[in-house]
Amino acid sequence: MAEESYLTDDFLRQLMNVGEVDILVGLPTHNNAKTVGSIVHTIQSGILRGFPRERAVIINADGGSRDGTPELVTGVSIDDVRPASNLQALRTLHSISTKYASSPRSASGAFRTILAAAELLRPKACVVMSPESANIQPEWLSKLLRPIFDEGFDLVTPIYRRHKFQGLLITNLLYPMTRALYGLRIREAYSPEFGFSGRLGSQFLGQNVWNDETEGAGVELRFTLAAITGKYRICQSFLGDKDRIERPAIDLVPALRQTAGALFSALEPDFPVWSVVTGSQPATATGSDQEVLLKALRVNRKRLREMFLAGIAELESVFQSILSPSTLAELQSMAHLGEEEFRYPAELWVRTVYEFAASYQKSVISRDHIIQALAPLFRGRMFTFLTENRNVSAGDVEKNIEDLCLEFERLKPYLLQLWKTRE
Amino acid sequence: MREMIVSELSQALHEMARGFAHFLPRIIVMLILAALGWVIAYVVKVVLRSILRLVKFDKLSENAGASQLLSKAALPSPAEVLSRFVFWIAWLGFILLGVSGLGILGLQEQVARFFLFLPRLFVAMFIMFFGLLAASFFSRAALLAAVNANVPSPRVLSLAVRSIIIVFVLSIVFEELGLAEQTMLVAFGIAFGGLMLGLAIAFGLGSRDLARRFLEKKIVRGRKEENEDELSPL
Repeated sequence: MAEESYLTDDFLRQLMNVGEVDILVGLPTHNNAKTVGSIVHTIQSGILRGFPRERAVIINADGGSRDGTPELVTGVSIDDVRPASNLQALRTLHSISTKYASSPRSASGAFRTILAAAELLRPKACVVMSPESANIQPEWLSKLLRPIFDEGFDLVTPIYRRHKFQGLLITNLLYPMTRALYGLRIREAYSPEFGFSGRLGSQFLGQNVWNDETEGAGVELRFTLAAITGKYRICQSFLGDKDRIERPAIDLVPALRQTAGALFSALEPDFPVWSVVTGSQPATATGSDQEVLLKALRVNRKRLREMFLAGIAELESVFQSILSPSTLAELQSMAHLGEEEFRYPAELWVRTVYEFAASYQKSVISRDHIIQALAPLFRGRMFTFLTENRNVSAGDVEKNIEDLCLEFERLKPYLLQLWKTRE
Repeated sequence: MREMIVSELSQALHEMARGFAHFLPRIIVMLILAALGWVIAYVVKVVLRSILRLVKFDKLSENAGASQLLSKAALPSPAEVLSRFVFWIAWLGFILLGVSGLGILGLQEQVARFFLFLPRLFVAMFIMFFGLLAASFFSRAALLAAVNANVPSPRVLSLAVRSIIIVFVLSIVFEELGLAEQTMLVAFGIAFGGLMLGLAIAFGLGSRDLARRFLEKKIVRGRKEENEDELSPL
């Protein structure tokens, strides 16, 4: 209840008017007027179809939109959905909007507001939906909420059907490293859509992750890791296509902050848990556990390699602080290879990532600079992944990702050694 | 006549003996102060060295680039240099305190000026250290941002950021020390203006080919990338 002070009086009044609910849908927004209307329609349709008898509320946590996003969320009437879906809700569906922070840079503010509201309304199951998912389906709500509502799971993470070259940061760093360290094979540990139980939400709300140096970047990942370390029941649910191709790609450095930065910062408090884990176990999954699309993409691989070479040439002094001399020497020798011979081997990539994680823990230089310095090296790894998987089947792509995961697991003792000994 | 000379000599000897007797205790006090000062300065040095090691001052100095400067000059670690410096300043302070006790008029004024100068010296050192730290941090930030944005010649940009900050810090340090204030003001103006002019000329004239290539690359790539799919890392 200490989180009440974080919420505005007006928002608290609206929550009290709603009273206790069965389902809470969190919708974090910031200038999403173009898409948020259809997203709210889909959410309402999903509630009508999957949970017509349950008390439900949509909580919109807005980061100070100037395009009328909150008005669009609260203005969408469920009556607009009913005729189309031919369904009737037996309960009132509430929509509440609140501004969570003066600056949308406070990345964790939206999620914190949703968790605080959930603690007050005591729902049986909660779900967070992304305001940017162009292809969200009404069934996604049931897929993310049912395992919690019916089977007592605490966290439901999504599995998407992705193109083999989309989400390379997930497949080449986040998934293999999370799996190797925490021992659970969760494909999308960092996702904009996920379901969770009220008790997991309350437990996470009380954790000290809101004001740390990461400024809340990647708080969704910290949430998943908290569920693993807290031994909560976790499952994965197959949702469908992850529509990212037509939209401008997110910049690599912010993406690294949200994933690698959040993971590295979690390693220190979670050390007692991950240091004793060996191997990994599959997580329960409903539906397909992975699907890969193979359609042709025009990708500028040459530019990726050029940016890797520029990084190696220009950032030597930075890498000397972060990497071991042998790893740096191998990277520098790689830079002399021609485009055809160039290859960033899995074993070297894993060692690089582990040395970055250990340097992050020791704060050898500014932690944000360490994350930024990883970007050119990741581009080199992207180049190799694109080259190796250019003309292979979906099964071979999966096999290559699995091999990388096993490499991360095999070299885990190296990270432990670095963690304990590096000065 | 002879008696007069003997009387004057004995009087002079007597005055000298009296002066020596008057001066001797002060010299003894000065020596005691110097010895006591050495002990206190040594204790301060040991305590300071321990504190600096505890707060990982050497690592901080490494980040500031101070360690590299010292190692190039074959000097020990920054924590050791600073603790030795404080030792000498403290001991010198005690010695000068003793010297001022001797009552020599010209010296007393110089000793007072030395003690008035000490706080300014420490403030100048403080500004210098944190200035170097800031120069190192911001030049590295500029380097990383330039590399990740694929900007040509990122090291030149980083060096420019470092140089601007160091020139600025040096001007503040000299002003704090009160050393050739007017000269430093003019020198700063010339150096800073020269740096800016140099950068402008380098970009506009010296690097016009580079700038042309950069702009061409930007425009051409912009057109080319319209036909390329963007990869989302997440």
